[in-house]
This record gives sequence, structure tokens and C-alpha cells, in this order.
Amino acid sequence: MRHTISVLVENKFGVLARIAGLFSARGFNIDSLAVGETQDPAVSCMTIVVNAEDERILEQIKKQLHKLIDIITVIDLTKKEFFERELVLVKVSLDKSNKANLEKIAHKFNAEILHSDKESAIIEAALEEKNIEEFLSVLKEFGIKQLVRTGKIAIPK
Amino acid sequence: MTGAQIFIEALKKEKVEVIFGYPGGQVLPIFDKLYDSGLHFILTRHEQGAAHAADGYARATGKTGVCIATSGPGATNLTTGIANAYMDSIPMVAFTGQVKSFLIGNDAFQEADITGITRPITKHNYLVKDVKDLACVIKEAFHIASTGRPGPVVVDIPSDIQMADTNFEYPNVCNIRSYNPTLKGHPGQIKKAAKAISQAKKPIIYAGGGVIISEASEELNRLAEKIKAPVTTTLMGLGGFNQRSELSLGMLGMHGTAYANHAIMGSDLIIAVGARFDDRVTGRLDAFAPHAQIIHIDIDPSSISKNIKVHIPIVGDAKNILRELIDEIKKVPDTSHWLGTVKGWKEKYPLRYSNNTDKIKPQYVIEKICEITKGQAIICTEVGQNQMWAAQYYTYTKPRTFISSGGLGTMGFGLPAAMGVKSGCPDKIVFDIAGDGSIQMNIQELMTCVAEKLNVKIAILNNGYLGMVRQWQELFYKKRYSQTTLVNPDFVKLAEAYGAKGIRVSKKEEVEKAIVQAIEIDNVVMIDFIVEPEENVFPMVPAGEAINSMIEGLA
Repeated sequence: MRHTISVLVENKFGVLARIAGLFSARGFNIDSLAVGETQDPAVSCMTIVVNAEDERILEQIKKQLHKLIDIITVIDLTKKEFFERELVLVKVSLDKSNKANLEKIAHKFNAEILHSDKESAIIEAALEEKNIEEFLSVLKEFGIKQLVRTGKIAIPK
Repeated sequence: MTGAQIFIEALKKEKVEVIFGYPGGQVLPIFDKLYDSGLHFILTRHEQGAAHAADGYARATGKTGVCIATSGPGATNLTTGIANAYMDSIPMVAFTGQVKSFLIGNDAFQEADITGITRPITKHNYLVKDVKDLACVIKEAFHIASTGRPGPVVVDIPSDIQMADTNFEYPNVCNIRSYNPTLKGHPGQIKKAAKAISQAKKPIIYAGGGVIISEASEELNRLAEKIKAPVTTTLMGLGGFNQRSELSLGMLGMHGTAYANHAIMGSDLIIAVGARFDDRVTGRLDAFAPHAQIIHIDIDPSSISKNIKVHIPIVGDAKNILRELIDEIKKVPDTSHWLGTVKGWKEKYPLRYSNNTDKIKPQYVIEKICEITKGQAIICTEVGQNQMWAAQYYTYTKPRTFISSGGLGTMGFGLPAAMGVKSGCPDKIVFDIAGDGSIQMNIQELMTCVAEKLNVKIAILNNGYLGMVRQWQELFYKKRYSQTTLVNPDFVKLAEAYGAKGIRVSKKEEVEKAIVQAIEIDNVVMIDFIVEPEENVFPMVPAGEAINSMIEGLA
């Protein structure tokens, strides 16, 4: 099962390595991780998405996260109501014939075309996880040249 | 004040009695200030020895052990000792020198990323990047190391920080918003536990090192007496319960007593106190104590339901919780029938070995040491058969009298640990029970013992093998003794070369005399007991089996 875990940490060097270490030492792959300052510049928020095959091990990791000295709170959002977004930047191939089509797609997904020239366009969207997959599959027909994702951020209700 | 002076003053504020360590290039400013600081410094002969000595000191005294080494190889040599302290929850602060701040990451001479290396084997660690933070970091390091579930903390100090100047102000209190260990048990959970105890017919107490760390030994003995429950301890818990009590079952697990293992498997309620259901204790997990409800008292929430599903967890300090639990139990269960059953196991499967021989049995040596020291010595061990026999055949009655590498199982721990113990408890008789293999892993510390007049007594159970590995090879690898036969030095001459006293004992009738003599001699003494070479540690639960399927064996 996929879990979205929100972790408030002291904004200090080394904290990310401590957290990553807990996952890697147990052979857990982190699907995505996004870090940024909160309203308090001394505190950062990390949103971690993991796919737990063994829930018991994840339970252990959450307890171990709590134990790290620089971690303030650990909340598993999975069983709560929360909003999530991920920002993607996609560079697609473009020619005259399909520019209008791309604009239509951008409109549908609330995306913005940041740049376009004769050969390609760069398009930006901030979406929920499930819509990102749809968005990317629609863009596939243009030919995706490059894709960059920020990883998910989430906030509880 | 310079960083180095701040280091000295901070250690004085923390009332550090002794520092174990080794100098080097990147700690020169600190060692210069140590020179006339009045702090007691013990120069070990290897950094690993310093870490184990600080660890042994902490185990015996309950105070935080302190060690220091230089950057790079000095720091990496500490790591086994740090990992050892981490696995057994020992309060320790390890200081390391680091290359100058502006050289970090440049592959400078004797540079190692020690905060990176020690991240998974410390409770916390620090790289000090500004001298203004140093006092506060040291305060926090001691606070974190010694509170909650204790553990080692590394403080890495670049040499330019040691030389930089700032005002010294040592904080009185330590406020770390993200670190607040739970000390008081939840009253509702304690009530539930009390009720379960009242209703139990076959309760057993399973006590671990947490009892010793939280100084809860007296409360544990009181609880057992009140509810008339038998008590088994882990290796780390030895000494936490008085083994002269009728209720004592000794140690459980892979090399535990058969009656302790039968009792825990047959129980209907396990009261686990400061123990973590380690694989050496539980054996095959799905077969462990199938009929038992489990109460688990532990200060570390991550220990709860880690290996075994717990029914009534109580997170907090064992001493606090046991006190409240004892008061909360209104109705004492009737355990007389259960105690009868347990007594039956004790009679049917006693801890025993065949002593019907002229050869010296290692178990006999331990029994004699126990007899002669009246069970009042502090016993340190190396790791392997020597450790298991020391655990089985010495009678422990008080906490902090059995000092052994439990979680990590570090060969070479015993001698430097004994040295640390002796420095903290100079009036005690301190033995290191050793094997001929493990004693050679930190033999250089013999020199430290002699130089510092830390008169520890070393009993080598010399069987010419790496005995525990040989035992496994005998039982599970068709006696193919691959790399377990040792060619040894002359331990008597070796002891004497270091300025210690060496005694060789090859006849059974000389055992007692040698032990008495060793205790009387005002020096470090190494006794080389030439013991039965292929003696095995029994009972034994083969790896992966249920803990009541023991190989008894009686050689």
C-alpha cells in the first residue's frame, strides 16, 4: 500500500540523510520526497511517499522516525483526509499541426505552456497523483522529450 | 575562551570523572588543554579500547562514559565500540577531532566523514561548525546520551573550531523540542496490566537490560515476590534479579536454562520489563509462547510489537512503572500450582555439566570464581563460549555486576571494558572471563591496565579453539573445523612482557589456588586455564527452532 507521510523536522544539515538512512537500511525505496521550509524557517516539512509491501516494517520505520532527535512530528496521512499536489514540467515535441491540440489539453488540466518554439513546448501542471498519470499519458502522443517532477506535497484538512 | 578550553570546562560541568582516549593531529588543541586540566585521562593503546572502556565504565557506574580520538583512523577505530554501546543502550559521549572546517569534503589527510559513518550506530551525532554552538552541543550530547533509552552520541569537532574563540556560557538546562522521552507509564495501561496479572495462572517475568539501566532492580524483586511469579532474565538483564531467590530461573533463550525456556513457553502471561524480544531469546517467532498474553514495559515505543505482538504495552521508565504497577495489583494471583510445575522442570532439567574428569572444565572455573569471590565480583566477558559459561555458572545477585557485549557480540570487548569498570569501581574485584581467541583482539589494553594500575584479573578459558564457532561446526557442519583452530602465544610470558603477572593452570586441583592467588596479587593478573578443548555450551537451541527444542547434551 502507498503511504504519504508528512514529517516536520528541524531545518538543519544532516536531517535528510538521517531520514533517508532509516528507509535505505531496511531496503525500502522512497517513491518521492519533497522538502521545504514551513512558516517557521527553523522547521522544514518533508512529504515522503513510500510503497510498503510489509506494513509492519513501515510501522517500525515510523516509530524509528519519531526517535530521531531532529524530527518534531511524524504523521501518516494515508488514513486521513488530505490534499495533495505534485508539480510536473514536461518538454514535448511540437509542430504546427498539433499546437492547438496542446493548448486544449493545457486548458483541460489547468496547465500552462511556459514556452514553445518550432520543435517543442514546455508545459507545467500541478495536479493530484491520479491526474498526473492521465496528463502524462495524453502528452505521450506528442512525444515526451523530458520530464521533471517535484514529488508530492500534501496537507491535511 | 577557545573551543578546546570550552571542551574542558564543559566536561567539568558534566562532572566527568575519567576520559579514555588517544591523541592525534586533529585533537592537539584539546590535548594541550587536557595537559593541565586536572581531568583524569586514561591513555589506551587503541581507540577501540577507549570506546569499550568508556562503555564498561558506564555499565558499571551508571554514569555516562566519555572517550576521545582524532579524526580519520582514530574516529573509525572508535566505531565498533560505538556500535556496541548503541546495541546495548549504553550512555556514552564520543568526541572526535575533525580536519579544519574549510577542508571538510576535500579528502584531507586523516579525514573521514564520521558523522556519516556513525549515523546508524548512534542515538544522535553532531558536527560542530561554529565554536559558539560548542557548549550547547556538549550539553545536549550528555543529555541525550543519558536520558530516555540511553545510547552513544558522537561530537565531531574540527580542529579550527577547537582553536576559535568565543564567550563561554554553559547552559543549565537543555530544551530540545523534538526530544521528550516518555517516562511515566499510562495509568490506564498500568490498570489493565494489573488486572491481567491478577487473573493469570501461569505468569512469568521476563526482564532485560532496561531493568538495570533504570535502576529498577529492587522494584523488580518486589513485584516478583508480591505476585509469586518466576523470573527469567536476558543476558543483559543478569544481575537485575537476585539469582539466589527461589523464583529465579536464570537466563532464557538460545543458551538459557531449559527450565526458563519451558516456563516461558508454558506461561499464560509474560511480563516483559526492559527487554526487546531479541531473536536469541525468542527462537522461532511463530512458536514463541503460544498461550501467553504479553505485557511489555519499555521506554522505547519502537521496541513494542517489533518482533512479537504485544497485548498490553506500557511505554515509560521501568522503575516508575513497576512502582505503580505493584501498588495497582490488588488481588495477588494464586501461582502455587504453576510454581510447582516450574520446580519440576528445575529438577528434571538442571543446568549441568559432567565434571567427572581430571581435565579442567570451563564451567568449573567459573563456579570456583563465583565461590571464591562469594558472588561479589564484577564479571566482564568477551564473546563466545566464555561469555555463555560466565552467564550460566556465576550467580548474580546485584545489578551492574555482569558486563557483557549483548547485542553486537563484540569479541575483544571484555578486557578494555574491565579496565573501564575497574576505573569506575576501584574497590571491586573485577574479572574478565576470556577465551584464547577474543583476549587477543584487544590484548594491547593489558599495557593500559598495568600502566594505570587497573588491576583486573583475566581468566582465559584456553581451549585452543574459537570455541563457539567450533561448536557450531561440530554440530551443524560435520566437524569441519574451518579456521577455528588457534596457535596461541605463551600467555604467561605475554602477561609478563606487559608487566602483569601470568599464571598457567593445567591441573584441576590448581584452579582454586590460582584464583585466590590472582585476587591477592596487587597487579594485573592473567590466568591461563588450559581447559577441556571440545567442551560445548549447553543447553542450546539451534538457530530457527522453538526455544523449547533444546539440545541438552552432557559431555
